[in-house]
Amino acid sequence: MKHLLATDGLDADTATAVLDTAEELKHVLLGREVKKLPTLRGRTVVTMFYEASTRTRVSFEIAGKWMSADVINVSASGSSVGKGESLRDTALTLAAAGADCVIVRHPASGAAHRLAGWLTEAGTSVVNAGDGTHEHPTQALLDAATLRERLGDIAGRRIAIVGDVLHSRVARSNVHLLTTLGAEVVLVAPPTLLPAHVDRWPVTVSHTLDAELPGLDAVMMLRVQAERMHGGFFPSAREYSIAYGLSEARLRALPEHAVVLHPGPMLRGMEIASAVADSQRAAITQQVANGVHVRMAVLYHLLAHEEEVA
Amino acid sequence: MAPRDRGAAEPAGRRELLSAGDVARTVARMAHQVIERTALDVSDATPVVLLGIPTRGAPLASRLAARVAEFSGVHVPTGVLDVTLYRDDLRRKPTRPLGTTELPPDGVDDRLVILVDDVLYSGRTIRAALDALRDAGRPRAVQLAVLVDRGHRELPIRADYVGKNVPTSRTEEVHVQLQETDGRDAVLLQRKGDPA
Repeated sequence: MKHLLATDGLDADTATAVLDTAEELKHVLLGREVKKLPTLRGRTVVTMFYEASTRTRVSFEIAGKWMSADVINVSASGSSVGKGESLRDTALTLAAAGADCVIVRHPASGAAHRLAGWLTEAGTSVVNAGDGTHEHPTQALLDAATLRERLGDIAGRRIAIVGDVLHSRVARSNVHLLTTLGAEVVLVAPPTLLPAHVDRWPVTVSHTLDAELPGLDAVMMLRVQAERMHGGFFPSAREYSIAYGLSEARLRALPEHAVVLHPGPMLRGMEIASAVADSQRAAITQQVANGVHVRMAVLYHLLAHEEEVA
Repeated sequence: MAPRDRGAAEPAGRRELLSAGDVARTVARMAHQVIERTALDVSDATPVVLLGIPTRGAPLASRLAARVAEFSGVHVPTGVLDVTLYRDDLRRKPTRPLGTTELPPDGVDDRLVILVDDVLYSGRTIRAALDALRDAGRPRAVQLAVLVDRGHRELPIRADYVGKNVPTSRTEEVHVQLQETDGRDAVLLQRKGDPA
């Protein structure tokens, strides 16, 4: 693997290999006093975040450090980006300075792909840490890791992705990865929050959450992304919450074994009730913990092998 | 003992160094040596742990432990120690999948750890294993048991228990096959690059 830009096109074998590596890394580090592996000594990883993030940036930084890579964080504010440097020039500068891997988050869909095009020649790997409303592949991988832990396997499971699918890169990445791994995905959202060509996706679509609940193995709640909404997508927050929020009553309608996921940050009381988020059925903190191991696995698969001839 | 026509059943260019019977006898002999050297059946002996290095060191460690139990009555804990994350050649090979690491419940602190592997060659795997072991705890001492020592060391490492010393050329490959991983027991010598 040279870059990780999307789960669309990621084959089942590669995805499974990354998940297996993550599981083994978690197992190896479990209960260890010193969480440090020498595997990526001397490799330099740069995170380049043009958008706010807590868990993803921290998780990548911890992942790199636990593998002994040198991790450097660049944010749009406080770097030359503020002086008007282009994405391309910033990236080439980082590659010239010796970065082996650039982890990028950017508000524009496709930014990671562009970056990979510019950096392949320099031998620098690119990881997409979220590009606009396009993809967020490591989030989907950590969701898959959590589902494997909780449910045992993903193939044949029925998983609902609920809420603001239109603006969600997490939803896109999950649709591709989960269906590649053999799951059945149902999108539950108001028509205004579904993308235009959702009929071409390998999913079924529903507008009624209550009808779907009893048949689910997992439900993934999405954050309503107010910052990307310019216009009225639903009448009011209260109405959205009543129709698509995961309340305690809805949690009871789910099968006993079903898992509740949320990629964070959560809007408690909006898409998920506070008591549901804190219940045993929710795997939200487990998702964050798995995020570190999955990102360690991604760095391992990108950086710990011989140079690939492009 | 009837004379054995070694390699008769093997394809051209491939020679059988140890038959299934030889492997069993060799493991039994190594078990006796482990009991003798570690005095593990004496009441105040340092507790011994056998750690196999994947892939084939793991079943070898289990077999060795079974033999030690049979001959001494002492049940030695076994484990598996994957060294992939500690290798120094990761950037010279395609991505290696990680093996399992499974340490005994009581860990390795203050134990006499015997690392078990199938073939000792450059010594680099053992170097990686010593690093991995350092992260797993602090053993009282570490020893090394290998089924085959084929020479050509690149590091100052030697085995404490050797099943068979085999002088080889660098243009040859030694393949250990075990029932658990390959469906049969044998040690084979062949030219490098020939199909295994």
